[in-house]
Amino acid sequence: MSSRWRWPLRVGALGYLGLLVVVPVGSIFYRAFQHGLGAAWDAVTTPDALHALWLTFIVAAIAVPLDTVFGVGVALILSRHRFRGAWLLDALVDVPLAISPVIVGLGLVLVYGKTGWFGNWLAARGIQVIFSLPGIVMASATVALPYVVREVLPVLQEIGTDQEQAAVTLGAAPLAVFARITLPSIRRSLSYGVTLTTARVLGEFGAVVVVSGAIEGRTQTLTLFIQDGIENLDTAGAYAGAVILAVIALLVLAALGRDRTEGRGRRHPWRSPSDPSPSGSARPLRSTTSPSMSPTAP
Amino acid sequence: MPGPRSGRSVRLLGRVGGPGLVVTYLSLLVVLPVAALLSHALSGGLGAFWHAVSQPEAVAALKLTLWCSLAVAAFNAVAGLVIAWVLVRDDFRGKGVVNAVIDLPFALPTVVAGLTLLTLYGPDSPFHVDVANTPVGILLALAFVTLPFSVRSVQPVLAELDRETEEAAASLGATPAAVLRRVILPGLAPAMLAGAGLAFARALGEFGSVVLISGNIPFKTEVASSWIYSLSQSDDLSGAAAISVVLVATALVVLVGIGFLRRRFDISEAA
Repeated sequence: MSSRWRWPLRVGALGYLGLLVVVPVGSIFYRAFQHGLGAAWDAVTTPDALHALWLTFIVAAIAVPLDTVFGVGVALILSRHRFRGAWLLDALVDVPLAISPVIVGLGLVLVYGKTGWFGNWLAARGIQVIFSLPGIVMASATVALPYVVREVLPVLQEIGTDQEQAAVTLGAAPLAVFARITLPSIRRSLSYGVTLTTARVLGEFGAVVVVSGAIEGRTQTLTLFIQDGIENLDTAGAYAGAVILAVIALLVLAALGRDRTEGRGRRHPWRSPSDPSPSGSARPLRSTTSPSMSPTAP
Repeated sequence: MPGPRSGRSVRLLGRVGGPGLVVTYLSLLVVLPVAALLSHALSGGLGAFWHAVSQPEAVAALKLTLWCSLAVAAFNAVAGLVIAWVLVRDDFRGKGVVNAVIDLPFALPTVVAGLTLLTLYGPDSPFHVDVANTPVGILLALAFVTLPFSVRSVQPVLAELDRETEEAAASLGATPAAVLRRVILPGLAPAMLAGAGLAFARALGEFGSVVLISGNIPFKTEVASSWIYSLSQSDDLSGAAAISVVLVATALVVLVGIGFLRRRFDISEAA
């Protein structure tokens, strides 16, 4: 296109990005540190804030390992076995990305809440899931469930099973094959997947707000603490909490971005779940470069 | 040193235990909740389902959500094309940073996204632009969270577009507008449609970024997901499930429709 259009397009694109993304995100940093570092520190060290941070950490410490083990398991099953219903397993993994987080939370309430399917059974055993830690962990684990699968599966499909079979022939035990051959080859994609899972778990709001009841000092995660702070005009805590999450998001981008530039045409994280074609499979170029149609919503 | 028998049991565990655990996990977190949604939505029969869906507040929320999602998907399809164009064809300092910024709405928690927009375009706006508690605020939030879809779906296709065809068209006297309309857009249309579809699906269910800035005023700025939330908090779980089913079905219909259109594009191009 002629150079006459170069400047208007550049200004338009950068202006839109600036006003929609860069300046707004910058403004929360300004707001958080407006009254100095000390004030921001005080705002995130109140008992409620500390509890929210602690709870968020606990939730991540449980949900991320669960999703990681599940993700690697599904990826192994889908890449190493042919069976009827493989497509169903593959599709089910993407469901949490396709539906609103609020609906994910609602689904959990309908199964594990006091009027839910398992409500009586759980109540009889004194187990509270909804409005309690298990519910928050389940909600977080559900929304973040696809990421490890979608990062690891294409790599497993690409590397094939030659080395693993060779190891088995030479008498290696299944666990040894996994630890010595499979794991090293998926290490990078696994770390992407875990990074994305962690980011999603730490930042989840919609699914958690439905199942948690947002009881201050009890079931309030960091995102709920932020929302509560804004609605009740305790903005200092909200902005300080938001800055913590924003810094984590920037670190995640930096971690993924650095490898992306050196890596071989890595797919973008949000796209991977929507692209069912394994990278490196012999597909026409077109269909691998344009994202396929599945209702993804990270 | 495990004997042959324990080796066999490990293998058996791997063959049955692993898939069993995976299926259990998926059932507990995905299959059962989805089944419960469907069952609750239809538990009172079609009449109750229709009653929940045709509540005036529900209709208003669904309409608002639909129009805002459509508007944002369409607007961001164009904005995404312009941004992708600048990233692919233009060259300037700091392009790498701009490229990374595109993914920021994906990485940023939705509540934080909502808060950033509220800070800049809310009651305390330094620009004196206050769109909080208005539909414009919803549009802004949806534009923010769907931006990566719109850009990233066209960017790789644009990068692989054959520039010789454009140059040939231009040298044969085609105006830039004609080159855009006859050469560039037809090649990009499937990708733009795909991006718009993903953005639309995401916008339909968006909650976290919208709640803070929209104010959730019934009949005015209450989106479907926030209506579902308030139903769930007031223990009308079947009503909430009914709206959820409508929302998910709408997204599916649109995505399947766009998939169909895209296939037609691809076929007509190949012919």
